[in-house]
Amino acid sequence: MNSASTLDAPEAPQHEPGTGATKRRSATFNSTMVKRALIDAVLKLSPRHMASNPVMFVVEIGSLLTTFYLIRDFGSSTSSENTFALGVVIWLWFTVLFANFAEAVAEGRGKAQADSLRKTRAETVAFVQRGDDVVEVPSSQLQLGDLCVVTPGQLIPGDGDIVEGIATVDESAITGESAPVIRESGGDRSSVTGGTRVLSPRIVVRITSKPGETFLDRMIALVEGASRQKTPNEIALDILLAGLTIVFMFTVVSLQPFSIYSGASQSIIVLVALLVCLIPTTIGALLSAIGIAGMDRLVQRNVLAMSGRAVEAAGDVSTLLLDKTGTITFGNRRAHIFVPMPDVDQHELARAALLSSLADETPEGRSIVELAESHYGQVLPDVQGGELVPFTAQTRMSGLDIDGRSIRKGAADSVRRWVEDQGGSAPVDLAPVVEAISKGGGTPLVVADGPRILGVVHLKDVVKPGIAEKFVEMRKMGIRTVMITGDNPLTAAAIAAEAGVDDFLAEATPEDKMALIKAEQAGGHLVAMTGDGTNDAPALAQADVGVAMNSGTQAAKEAGNMVDLDSNPTKLIDIVEIGKQLLITRGSLTTFSITNDIAKFFAIIPAMFVGVFPALHTLNIMHLSTPHSAILSAVIFNALIIVALIPLALRGVKFRAAGAVSVLRRNLLIYGLGGFIIPFIGIKLIDMIITALGVK
Amino acid sequence: MTQNIVEVIVLVVLLGISTPLLGNYMAKIFENKKAPGDRVFGPVERLVYRLTGVSPEREQRWTTYAISLLAFSMVSALVLYGMQRLQAHLPMNPDHLSSVPAPLSFNTAVSFLTNTNWQNYAGEDTMTQFTQMAGLVVQMFVSAAVGITVVVALMRGLTRAKSITLGNFWADLTRIVLRVLMPMAVIATIILIAQGAEQNLHATHMITTVTGQSQGIPGGPVASQEAIKQLGTNGGGYFNANAGHPFESPSGLTNLLLNWLLLSIPFALAWTFGKMARDRKQGLAILGAMGGLFLIGALLVMPLEAHGNVHVTQAHVSQAITSTSPGGNMEGKEVRNGPIISGLFNSSSTSTSTGSINSANDSYTALGGGVILFNMMLGEISPGGTGSGLYGMLIIAILAVFIAGLMVGRTPEYLGKKIQAAEMKLVVIYILLVPFVILTFTAISVVMHSSLASIYNPGPHGLTEVTYAFTSASNNNGSAFAGLSGNTDWYNTTLGLCMLVGRFALMVPVLAIAGSLGRKQRVPASAGTLPTGTPLFSLLLAGIAVIVVGLTYFPVLALGPIVEHLVGKF
Repeated sequence: MNSASTLDAPEAPQHEPGTGATKRRSATFNSTMVKRALIDAVLKLSPRHMASNPVMFVVEIGSLLTTFYLIRDFGSSTSSENTFALGVVIWLWFTVLFANFAEAVAEGRGKAQADSLRKTRAETVAFVQRGDDVVEVPSSQLQLGDLCVVTPGQLIPGDGDIVEGIATVDESAITGESAPVIRESGGDRSSVTGGTRVLSPRIVVRITSKPGETFLDRMIALVEGASRQKTPNEIALDILLAGLTIVFMFTVVSLQPFSIYSGASQSIIVLVALLVCLIPTTIGALLSAIGIAGMDRLVQRNVLAMSGRAVEAAGDVSTLLLDKTGTITFGNRRAHIFVPMPDVDQHELARAALLSSLADETPEGRSIVELAESHYGQVLPDVQGGELVPFTAQTRMSGLDIDGRSIRKGAADSVRRWVEDQGGSAPVDLAPVVEAISKGGGTPLVVADGPRILGVVHLKDVVKPGIAEKFVEMRKMGIRTVMITGDNPLTAAAIAAEAGVDDFLAEATPEDKMALIKAEQAGGHLVAMTGDGTNDAPALAQADVGVAMNSGTQAAKEAGNMVDLDSNPTKLIDIVEIGKQLLITRGSLTTFSITNDIAKFFAIIPAMFVGVFPALHTLNIMHLSTPHSAILSAVIFNALIIVALIPLALRGVKFRAAGAVSVLRRNLLIYGLGGFIIPFIGIKLIDMIITALGVK
Repeated sequence: MTQNIVEVIVLVVLLGISTPLLGNYMAKIFENKKAPGDRVFGPVERLVYRLTGVSPEREQRWTTYAISLLAFSMVSALVLYGMQRLQAHLPMNPDHLSSVPAPLSFNTAVSFLTNTNWQNYAGEDTMTQFTQMAGLVVQMFVSAAVGITVVVALMRGLTRAKSITLGNFWADLTRIVLRVLMPMAVIATIILIAQGAEQNLHATHMITTVTGQSQGIPGGPVASQEAIKQLGTNGGGYFNANAGHPFESPSGLTNLLLNWLLLSIPFALAWTFGKMARDRKQGLAILGAMGGLFLIGALLVMPLEAHGNVHVTQAHVSQAITSTSPGGNMEGKEVRNGPIISGLFNSSSTSTSTGSINSANDSYTALGGGVILFNMMLGEISPGGTGSGLYGMLIIAILAVFIAGLMVGRTPEYLGKKIQAAEMKLVVIYILLVPFVILTFTAISVVMHSSLASIYNPGPHGLTEVTYAFTSASNNNGSAFAGLSGNTDWYNTTLGLCMLVGRFALMVPVLAIAGSLGRKQRVPASAGTLPTGTPLFSLLLAGIAVIVVGLTYFPVLALGPIVEHLVGKF
């Protein structure tokens, strides 16, 4: 069931927290689930449930009707007539059951997940601060604004924000990610989720959601499909399917008078069989399973969509707003290359850069050490007796004093001034190099050894591997990517060019972001974005698809219509693909369902009238053996095709990033032409089998 | 034979020339732009507006547009009904014809109002020259124009963004009659007269023929009616024999002219659509689907008729080409036209909701007649009636976009307009109504004792006759298969109802769709958008139309024409 792996995001980097992209331990088929689905399939026969699906409701009524006629006429019919009627009745009921089974199986996976989540939601005791006292309150009676003390090892009693302390929290119950995450008061990482466990140390949490309305509760409802509503597109498709059902009812109902006129009055059983074969049962049976499975695919990728509407909107997105940091780049600058000054050996520069960075614990500093080691063959020196000079805001340099040498690296101006103070001077080549690096979006760090400037370290934002290819795919699908960054336009342009985004917004404030979303929407575009900070919340709410990071603030999570439990913004791209796949699956199976009818006509119509017009045998192009076997074969095919397509409905039609033209051509060929040809073969095969079994 | 092929090619070439010219001209008219003839038509138009109190710049919402249209049609029907009832006392009645009885007056009024032109009467001995000229011909102009106004509103809905109005019905109606239909009809009339079609106000001349028999030669304004009859895809002939009558169509040239006239506006409107959508390819895709379906129909009927009737051959009757016979299935056809030209004409007239015929459909081969029936079942979209053909095809386009749009992974959109539940509901209503009335009334007619008596040929052919009548009325075609006596209370009533449903019950949802789409924002096209201006889309349109229609009517076609062909039982 995991062939959704074709949608895999670029491999998430190791060192980034919370991006393990662990798939939810997906409950695949097992015997308990199948058993549960089988029981559900029968329970779903209740008319109240069936009424929501007009196509299958008609089949159910047809099944009841034929059952009635079978029983009524059983005594007065020949045994071959009874065998035929019994066959049709059984397979009509199977058609309904198969449809219910498809839906039950789709729901089954969600239910299994909901069960395991429910265990997490078990009643806990909260320690609530009331004045100076700490009172024990059951978690189900917590109120908004309560301040709860949570000590290591305890479950957090409800959703909230940390107001005091910093802690490592095990969120594996919700995210499936075993590595603990850090949550701290203030800032954008203050929110905690009820049901997760504090590892260390003590924190105080202000409760922000009522018991029963927590994130976990909503998550359970979502995966279980309890709050599932038909999406706008599903409603439109339902209308079309109902319309087709009605047209075919006209066709079949009027056929009886035509038959009487032609002297070949038909039995109710045959007419119902024809009707069921004509109405779009294939898509009608699988429609809700497709929708549930689409949501489920998101859950498996650790994304919670608050509504099916959002998933559908994801397929329609035409503009993606992507934060540069964390989505397009790794989020920190890394040393790219050392540029030595004339008559300085590059190894000398590399060594000096390495020494100067030993005091620098920032990711940038570490990357300089890594680069010197990996690309310039330097080994970590023994610096005993040396004095590390840390970076300060005043000096804007860091370095090392050892053996009477002073090695520094830092911003170009600061280092030049420092060198000049010692009586040195900057080489003429320095300024052009520094300028070139800045222009290219990089950050130049100048390295000096005493009064002598050795060269420049070129730091740059590193674009995640594979991301550029993703953007190419997006463009093929007609989606515009816009990079959002706080960098200056120069830097932003360079990164944008390297990553291959279509556009960028530099020096972006939350207001700019909001304005951009509104402008795109005014132009008719649907916008998707990710965000985590409180100041992202308005934009998340405004966007058509707003994916909040689980690590983000409560406000952001409330504003968005999806939450990514892995907090991996790159996943936005996957979400778009899943949305598209959902629509494609519906469209393809609808086409398949309609083109199927042609073969069924050629099976059933000659069978109905060959008695009065033997010449109609010419239309029996499949050479089905008898009228009874022909009609029964069509009914059986119609039922079996539902079962055969359940895996496809759950998995979704294979998705490849490509333009609309090639996607359409491909799907028309597979599901249009395929839907035309397959039933001819299938019906013929079934006819051969049941004839061999003795149906006459 | 060669001459026939040349004639077919000339027709295609004529259409190839007229479609872009007329299409561009109509786009200018619909968009109120500078157009040729402004100096002549401008003042007339303003005079009409002043006399009728219309302010052309006051645009209407879809509801007002629809109410105006319905009100206008209702008044038209009443006038036409009254005129027939009182014609004995009105001028221009040289043959002293009596007034038309009430049921027939009703049927005829509805028939001409709805652009159907189903005729339960013979023109020459039922309608006075005044009724024909001032009643029927006027309706031929305005009913064709009303059809066009609906598609103009729909095109505006599709091509405008965030607009709650769709134009002014009265202004559209005036401009279409004055600037499109009038000039073309006048030119065609002159050509027809030059070729020998009758155009006078004489009473019937009684003459003695060479064999000594006495024969009446009716007079009347025939050429002027003939022109708009074809141009407006109306089909109501001055004479009972319709375009087969030498006074209506005196020569091979006029036959070709009439054939071109009925196809000219429906095809050109598809071009206009591309022009108004600011994307010629959109129009070409529609044109491709219309043209493809039209050619398939014609190219099936022509050889089927030329080949002759298998069962006649089996009875040892020669259908070979000889010096005196054009060969093939000649029953009910004129020798001067032959089976190929007759087949082309009748296939054109059933593809366009015109319904004028130059040969008897009832006598076509089983399959040839079946194809002609299927042409109408398609919903008159290949290329269909004036206006109604294009709006029918655009509804199919919306349906096609919906299914195919899902297949590319986007909420379906057409010309950047999202197709959602509201539009689908209206599309489904549009698609359901016509099969409902056709199948229901046909089914009742073939089992009800009283209506069964109207069928001349019991058996498969009779089923085709009844199906044909209801299909023709419901799709506002108006041609008769014949072989069915339709002037009974049952058929007069039900066929009249079918005509009304096929016209107004479809126009209202179309206008509602126009209103709903017009209000929407336009989604810009991207690589992820389903392209609707491609040959693949033409194919999709034609495919969906054929499959949906084919599936709906397959049983009745199987029991009618197909069985008749296979069994040889009429």
